[in-house]
Amino acid sequence: MTVEVTRSADGLRLARLDLFFMELLRQIPVSADPADSEAARERIYPLATANDAKANKDWKEYVHPELKEFFTTASEVVKEDLETFEQLDETHENWAFDIPADHFDQWLNVLNQARLALAARFEFKEDEMGRHGPEAIETVRDLSLFQVHFYGFLQECLLQDLAG
Amino acid sequence: MGDTIVEKESKTATALDVPWNVVVHNDPVNLMTYVTMVFQRVFGYSKERAQKHMMEVHQLGRSIVWTGVREPAESYIEQLHAYLLLATLEKAE
Repeated sequence: MTVEVTRSADGLRLARLDLFFMELLRQIPVSADPADSEAARERIYPLATANDAKANKDWKEYVHPELKEFFTTASEVVKEDLETFEQLDETHENWAFDIPADHFDQWLNVLNQARLALAARFEFKEDEMGRHGPEAIETVRDLSLFQVHFYGFLQECLLQDLAG
Repeated sequence: MGDTIVEKESKTATALDVPWNVVVHNDPVNLMTYVTMVFQRVFGYSKERAQKHMMEVHQLGRSIVWTGVREPAESYIEQLHAYLLLATLEKAE
């Protein structure tokens, strides 16, 4: 399994994508949506204080809707970008895809939402996050851990570009 | 009567003016380079200062990244939450 990453002034190009990696990319906005998991919702929408009930109630009422709108907008940008896969030959193992430079912030945000939501859903531990990924993919949990690491790799590529 | 009102206002002002800490907590998911970038963007910190706070979060579990009056502290917490960092507001001791 190989993914080729190249940089240009216009953004980041991912190539040599097979159907497996294409599907992982398509799953980014799906995984980022915390609607199916209370643990994921609590992580994506944290409270403002440890023990001030009034402040936390106000935070939920006034700040969480703003955050939701912000996250939804970023997710829509990523979804639109994900409509632009190019098939470079007939093998189904060489698809390419561009992340425009002016969408890097939205991509970083949605990749982070996805990683945090997956980690909350599957309760990944610190040592699992510290390794390079699962040794084998045999369960949904293994696949989700692989997703978290692959999305982290993409974040690192974007961050390297942003750092110049 | 007038004195009572002044005292009430004074107490309210004192409560609001207590310094507040913006505290960022460790989580095993956010990348260290990402957390550093967020501190630079939100607080305008140098890379070195941002990395120092990031390492505190990573090694000690939390870092006080800003201290001041409540309103801007809340604004910083909201920005940090938009970047998906675990951040809370605490009264400074």
